[in-house]
Amino acid sequence: MASANPHAFIDMKGITKRYAGVTALDGVDFSVNAGEAVCLVGENGSGKSTLIKILSGVEQPTDGEIFINGEQRFNLDPRASSAAGVMVIFQDFSLFPNLSVAENIAFSTQLSKQNTLFKKRNARDLARSVLQRIGVDIPLDTRVESLPVAHKQLVAICRALACEARLIIMDEPTTALTELEVHSLLEIIRRLKQDGVAVVFVSHKLAEVLEVSEKVFILRNGKNVVEGPATDFDAASLTRHMTGRDLPQVTVSAISETSQTLLHVKDLTKAGVFEDINFELRAGEILGITGLLGSGRTPLAKALFGLTKPDSGRITMDAKVIPLGDPLASATARIGYVPEDRLTEGLFLTQSIIRNVAVGRLTAHERYGFLNMKSLNAEADIWLNRLKVKAPDIEAPVQSLSGGNQQRVALARWLARAPRVLVLNGPSVGVDVGSKADIHNIIRELAASGIGVIVISDDLPELLATCHRILVMRNGKITDEIKGASISEEELAHRLAS
Amino acid sequence: MTRIIKLFPKGFFTSNETLVAVVIIAFCAIATLSDPLFFSVTTVSDLLRASIVLGIFAIGAMLVLVSGGIDVSFTAVAVSAMYMTTVFSLGFWPDMPWYLIFTISIFLGACLGAINGVLIALFGLPTLIVTLGTLSVFRGFLLTFVGSERISALPPEMRGFSRMVIARGTTEGGSFYSLPWAVAALVFVVVLTWFILQKTVLGRSIFAIGGSLESARRVGINVRAVQFFVYVYVGALAGLAGIIHASMGRMADPFSLVGLELSVIAAVVLGGARLIGGYGTLTGTLLGVALIILVQNSLIVVGIPSTWQSVTIGMLILVGTGIPAYQAKRAAAKAA
Repeated sequence: MASANPHAFIDMKGITKRYAGVTALDGVDFSVNAGEAVCLVGENGSGKSTLIKILSGVEQPTDGEIFINGEQRFNLDPRASSAAGVMVIFQDFSLFPNLSVAENIAFSTQLSKQNTLFKKRNARDLARSVLQRIGVDIPLDTRVESLPVAHKQLVAICRALACEARLIIMDEPTTALTELEVHSLLEIIRRLKQDGVAVVFVSHKLAEVLEVSEKVFILRNGKNVVEGPATDFDAASLTRHMTGRDLPQVTVSAISETSQTLLHVKDLTKAGVFEDINFELRAGEILGITGLLGSGRTPLAKALFGLTKPDSGRITMDAKVIPLGDPLASATARIGYVPEDRLTEGLFLTQSIIRNVAVGRLTAHERYGFLNMKSLNAEADIWLNRLKVKAPDIEAPVQSLSGGNQQRVALARWLARAPRVLVLNGPSVGVDVGSKADIHNIIRELAASGIGVIVISDDLPELLATCHRILVMRNGKITDEIKGASISEEELAHRLAS
Repeated sequence: MTRIIKLFPKGFFTSNETLVAVVIIAFCAIATLSDPLFFSVTTVSDLLRASIVLGIFAIGAMLVLVSGGIDVSFTAVAVSAMYMTTVFSLGFWPDMPWYLIFTISIFLGACLGAINGVLIALFGLPTLIVTLGTLSVFRGFLLTFVGSERISALPPEMRGFSRMVIARGTTEGGSFYSLPWAVAALVFVVVLTWFILQKTVLGRSIFAIGGSLESARRVGINVRAVQFFVYVYVGALAGLAGIIHASMGRMADPFSLVGLELSVIAAVVLGGARLIGGYGTLTGTLLGVALIILVQNSLIVVGIPSTWQSVTIGMLILVGTGIPAYQAKRAAAKAA
C-alpha cells in the first residue's frame, strides 16, 4: 500500500498508542511536506510528545502506518529515523557544554561515519559550512557552555543540518528566547524551508511561529481536533481548540480605595545590574515588572527577596526596613518568592509533593525540637486542595507532575506561610495554556484577598491579564509605568523593545 | 605588554595549569635559594623516578574524571595485579622475561577494571560506590586468598628491569644520579592517552559523556561501551603502574599502594580536572603530579618539616581549586 499523499515527506495515518490501558494517541493523522513548516499544538498530555517519540523511533505505535518519502516504514528505531533525515531538537538542546561549537555540530556526523579517528579539520570545515548555510557567525572554538541560549539553539539546529536533516522537529523552540531572538530564528527557518528542509514546531505557545508556518495540527486528549492552513488561526483560536473551552479575556478588578501601601522600594541600586529602582506596592495590588532578557528584571526580583544584595537603597514594609541581601529576613517579613526556574531553584524535585509544601512551615509545627507531622501534613493538604493540584498521590515526587501543577506546588508552599507580599518570577513559564489561565485566576484571587503581588514576566498577555500597573525596565532602569488595562499588547511590546 | 599576552591562548592566565606551574616554579626558586644543591640533575632524576607510578595512576584517574565518574579502586587493582603476577611468575616460570611479566600484570589489571566496568556500564551503578566496594573486595581477596607476605626475592627479570637505565653518572658535587627506563613507560602512557583523547572518536566520546550523559545517548554514542573501555583502560594502567612499582622497589608488597588513591585524585584535581566530569588535560594532570611529588619529596629543603606534608598538600588543593571555583561562582552571580 502506498502513501495517499505522494508529496508528503512524512505521512502518519491512524496512529494509535496505548500504554497499559491508557490511550495516549487515538487514530491520529499527521503529515509534513518537504520544505514546509508545521505547528503541532496541544496542551501537556495531549499526546504531542508521544507522536514525536513515534516519529523519531523512540516508541513504536500500537497501530497505524508511517510513510517516509512515500515508503512505508515498519519498526522505526532512532537510528533508522535519523538516517531518514528526521532530527529532533529537544528543549534542552542536548549539547555538550564542555566541547567546542565545531565539535558539537560535527559529533553525530563523525559517529555515523563510524570513524575511529576524530578528524578535527573535517569537523571544523563541516561546522563552518553549516553555519554559513544558515547565515550566522559563531566562533568555532568557543565552548558551548559560554554561549547565550539563542546561540545554543542555533548550534543544535546546525548539528541537525550537519546530519543532512530533511525534517527538524523543535520542541518548545521559543520559550527561552526574547522577541528579537525569535525574529532571527524565524528568518533562519525561512532559509531552511527554501532549502527544502521541513520544520515541525511542537509547543503550546505558538502565536509567534504562526507567521512562518503553513499548517497547524491541534491535538487534544490524543485525538486530532483540527488541522488547517496556518492563516486560519490566531492565538485565541489556537487556545480554544487546544483547551476545548473559551478562555474569557479577564481583567483585574480595581483595588480598594482604602488599601494601604505595603512595600516601599527606594533608590535600590546594584552597580551594572539595576539602578534607582523606586516603587510602591499596595495591599491587593498586582504590579507587573517586565523587560527584555538582561534588562535587570530577574536580578531585581531576587533582590526584593534578598537573594542578591543591592549596593544601596532601601526596602521597607509597613515602615519597617528589611535588611538587604538576607532572604531569611525577607521571609520573616512575610515576603514570598517563587523563582523562574522551578526545577533548579524552587522545588525539591525528587521529594514528595507534600514535603515540598510543608518544608516552608517546619518551624510553625515544631515543639520542643520535634515535628508534629500530622498537623504539618494536614495543613499542606489544605493548600494543595485549594490550589487544585492534580496529583494521584501526595507522596509522589514533584518531578512526576506537569509544569502547571509543579508551579502550583511552589505557590502552595508560600501560601501556607500566609505571605503579605508575593514575588512571582515568570509564574507561567513552561505551563500549558489551560493551567496558565488557572494560575492567573489564582493570582487575581490572592490579590483580592489583600496580598500584594509582584509579577515579573516577559509574557505580555499574562501581564495585561493580571496586572493593575506595569513597570517597564530597560538597561537596569525603570523607563515606563503603564496602567494595566490602558494598553494593547502591540503597544506594550513596542515600549519594551524601543 | 598586551602583545605578549596575546601570544597566549584565552584563559591562559586564569587556568589551573598556569597556577600550578607558577607554584612549581616558585617552589623550585625558593628551594634553590635555600639549598643551591637542590637545582641539580640528581634532584630532577629523583623526582622523575618518584613520579612514574603516581603519574600513570593520575592519567587513569583523570580519564575517569573526564568521563564523569570517579575511581578509587585503581590502587587495589594495581597491587592485586602486581602481586598475583609476581606469585604466578615465581611459581611457574621464575625466569619469565620482564616484558611478559608486564603484559600479564597489565592484562590482570584490565580484567579487574572490567569488573568495575560491568558494574558501572552495564548495571548503571554509581561509580564512587562501585569503586569503593571493589577497592575493599580486590584488596581483601588478595590478602586472603593470594597471600599477605612481602616478597623480596623477585623474579630476576623484574630486578633486571629496575637496573635498566637511560643514563647514569655522578655529578661534580659527587652525588649519584640515574634515569631508569621505567620513565619511558610514563612517556608511552602519556602519548597513548593523548592520542586516544584528542585524536579518536572514542576519546572525544569520553569528553562528551562527561559533558552530558543524556545528550551523548541522544546523539548515538554507545555510552556503555565507552564507559566500559574507560574502566578497562584504567585497570590496565593500574596493572602497569603496579608492576613498575614492585620492580623499582625490588619488593612485591601486598600492603603497599592502597591509600595513595586520594593523593592521586588530588593531583588530578589540582591540574584542573573537574569532579563533575567533562574537563581535564594531560598537561594539567602531569603538573599536578609534579607539584605533589615536589611537596612530598622536597618540602624539607625549604625548611618545612616533613610532618607538614599533608597540610601543605591540603592547602594547595583548597587554594588551587578553590580560587578558580570561587571566580566561576562570582562570574555566575554577576551574570544572573
